[in-house]
Amino acid sequence: MLNAPSSVVIAGAARFLSGATVRWVGCTPEPRQRVYFGNHTSHLDAVLIWSALPTQIRLRTRPLGARDYWGTENPLRRLITRLSGAVLIARDNTSVAAREQQIKTILESMGERWSLIVFPEGTRGAGPEIAPFKSGLYHLSVGKPALELVPVYLDNVYRILPKGELLPVPMACCVTFGPPLALGADEPKEAFLERAREAVQRLKSTEAPC
Amino acid sequence: MLTMDRDLAWIVLGATIALVLATGVGLVLDRTVVSSGGRAVIVNMNERIRAWWVMCLTFLASLLTGGVGSVVFFALISFLALREFVTLTPTLRADHRSLCWAFFGVIPVQYGLVAAGRLDLLTIFVPVGAILLAFRGALAGDRTRFLERTADIHWGLMVCVYGVSHVPALLSLEIRGYEGQNLKLLVFFVLVVQASDVLQYVWGKWVGRTPIAPTISPGKTWEGFLGGIVSATLLGAGVSWITPFTPWEAGVLSLVLTLLGFAGGLVMSAVKRDRGVKDYGTLIQGHGGILDRIDSICFAAPVFFHLTRYLVAS
Repeated sequence: MLNAPSSVVIAGAARFLSGATVRWVGCTPEPRQRVYFGNHTSHLDAVLIWSALPTQIRLRTRPLGARDYWGTENPLRRLITRLSGAVLIARDNTSVAAREQQIKTILESMGERWSLIVFPEGTRGAGPEIAPFKSGLYHLSVGKPALELVPVYLDNVYRILPKGELLPVPMACCVTFGPPLALGADEPKEAFLERAREAVQRLKSTEAPC
Repeated sequence: MLTMDRDLAWIVLGATIALVLATGVGLVLDRTVVSSGGRAVIVNMNERIRAWWVMCLTFLASLLTGGVGSVVFFALISFLALREFVTLTPTLRADHRSLCWAFFGVIPVQYGLVAAGRLDLLTIFVPVGAILLAFRGALAGDRTRFLERTADIHWGLMVCVYGVSHVPALLSLEIRGYEGQNLKLLVFFVLVVQASDVLQYVWGKWVGRTPIAPTISPGKTWEGFLGGIVSATLLGAGVSWITPFTPWEAGVLSLVLTLLGFAGGLVMSAVKRDRGVKDYGTLIQGHGGILDRIDSICFAAPVFFHLTRYLVAS
């Protein structure tokens, strides 16, 4: 797990390479328990959201990753998992029991302290289109309604480090945090997930470059 | 290692006085101008002045290292400029590896050649060598808009890396009777080109009426152009004592530099307007991106390098 100085160094390096502009629209960085959910196109996504946060909040925020990808023997992935303090879960949640276990693992690892970075699409896309969201975000919100769900749009990151590449190309990109979302009373799962997806989509800046 | 000599100290003093004056004028205008259109201009102008303080101090710090810092300084500018250029270029997934080579191969090699003083190689590496990136692009297998993408990347390298690298390359020219003073040649170049930009802006805001190319750069006017060119040329001739040139030579060179600086600004404006943006980025408050600030250097630097070499280098 990272301490403050090394987190500042890593965050600085990430922002130098990517030239990330950070915008807070409709919410401010606050030290409360949140779930940041964003569109997913690159391995850099989590580190960019993470480095966009102020240090004190950053040190209380960890990403969520798939065990079948980040928990393998691959030494580089293991190192990243260890450094980031990522919470790993099984991607497969076909049975109700498996899904409940998944949500339980996540909520337990968060405790009362940790905020979480999640990518509800479940996998990386190839471009600016956002795939339909998996249901985890909904179940998290049902399991712990007090969590604030903050949509994040990552613009242009897929061009910096696309799927399948190891070296990033330095390019300007933009991290936009939007107004928090809350699960409505009796809101159906599908409607909520679509609303969450749109909340991310809506943050895409209209002016280029972001 | 301090290489601050008396000539340079005078230039620094002059620049400081100019900046203090500009800051003062900015403060006064900030108090007196109330119309909303005027406010926007003044706020932007004061942002620009603040950014000039930062840029001048950074440039001065790089000069004080006696050369190495200047190479690193301009390498960093190339890196950031290319980053802005590529961000606005519609490259495809297949260009990823070529772009990696451009950033992490071409930039270090080009500036390595500058640092090593290899004038023979640094003047040909990008046009003759880096054009082979097209081969890497072809290997990637995507033929969509192939020539356009390849040309975009190479042109970006020519402007952001090749052009800019000719500024620190001035340090390696051997000029009889001017040994160990090349840093002042670099200062002369940056001073004339950037002063020309500033003076064109000032003249333009003051008496500018007739646009030169409204579809490409609405802010550029004939009045600003002429006023800026003439005053920057006079400035260049006036500081000929820091160069190996006579006042006449320095004046003529300054005229060439200011015209090329204008050309660079207009060309880079055409590129960004075609991409649908007003500024290349947001790095420098009030100015836009780094490319908005150095567009005048890209084209002028290689020409100044070769003219100097032809005129006075041994």
